[in-house]
Amino acid sequence: MARLKWHIDGTSPLYIQLADSLRREIISGACGPGCRIASVRELAADAKVNPNTMQRALFELEREGLIETRGTTGKYVTEDGGILARTRREVLDSVADDLIARLSSFGCGADEISRLIADAAARHAGGMGNREKAFETEKKE
Amino acid sequence: MSETILEARGLFKSYGAEPVIRGMNVSLPAGRIIGLLGPNGSGKTTLIKLAAGLLTPTSGEILVCGTEPDEKTRALVSYLPERTYLSGWMKVTDAVNYFSDFYADFDRERALTMMMHLGINPASRLRTLSKGTKEKVQLILVMSRRARLYLLDEPIGGVDPAAREYILRTIISNYAENSTVLISTHLISDIESVLDEFLFIRDGQIAMQSPADEAREKYGMSIDGLFREVYRC
Repeated sequence: MARLKWHIDGTSPLYIQLADSLRREIISGACGPGCRIASVRELAADAKVNPNTMQRALFELEREGLIETRGTTGKYVTEDGGILARTRREVLDSVADDLIARLSSFGCGADEISRLIADAAARHAGGMGNREKAFETEKKE
Repeated sequence: MSETILEARGLFKSYGAEPVIRGMNVSLPAGRIIGLLGPNGSGKTTLIKLAAGLLTPTSGEILVCGTEPDEKTRALVSYLPERTYLSGWMKVTDAVNYFSDFYADFDRERALTMMMHLGINPASRLRTLSKGTKEKVQLILVMSRRARLYLLDEPIGGVDPAAREYILRTIISNYAENSTVLISTHLISDIESVLDEFLFIRDGQIAMQSPADEAREKYGMSIDGLFREVYRC
């Protein structure tokens, strides 16, 4: 399993932030359908978090059906396309909501927001391969 | 999970007329990494020394796995002091042998493997190592025991951020599931992500004990932020 990117700032419950990071890795395809998830200890050491906290994040994803335990061989990303598509939509919707909220806080109205997003998309059209980067926030030290 | 590893009941400790621990009641369960957080002089080191059996309570009691600290509980407790107790003339291998002789639960192979990963030469004399490297050697020795209670007094104080990461990984990947790690520090932002729970200690008393994520949820801030609020001067 490739090295994962963790985004932790500490102000909201860590298990939620860890679950968010894992969802993004799954949705982006960094850890795609059927991919084996490393052990709790390995993931915890990688993210430098407590194993119990990581366990709780994995439990959330398992409850959502995004990952599943197969016998004794470990946890795997689901291959259920419906669940993956639904999760992807939910996560992206919530990112879009954040973006709208941020633009609204500058006093932008609905029309201006649509225009800004369309313009930005056009500007970035050449480099869409980097789309994942646009969602990354710097990990706070 | 409900087994209690460390318990204090009505614990008092004075140095002469100076009270340091003033009526502490606390219970730490098995399987947790717990932060002992407080400003300088709040009693962190004293509490740890009481748990390690190096100090005796003025009144009240402190129990490790249900018994007062004695030779038997010392075999269950792996203690990293604030200052080194290893002599400078020792080679790294001497220190490893020392731990091997003293502690039946010491895993020599594990210690040597970790030292190799960090590029620490077993033939080096301790006095020739940098402060940070010396701290790493000691932490490796302490974490290579299969103890029930790890008492780490300021384990990251003197090391650079990269070494801090290694030390935190060492703690996460080495503590046994039925054991508890108590880490004292004032560098909260560096370690808060590894904590299950934390204790805020002030003037020798427990000011707050909470699971870390519960506090983040309740107060909407990091443990570091919460600490700054609670201890605002």
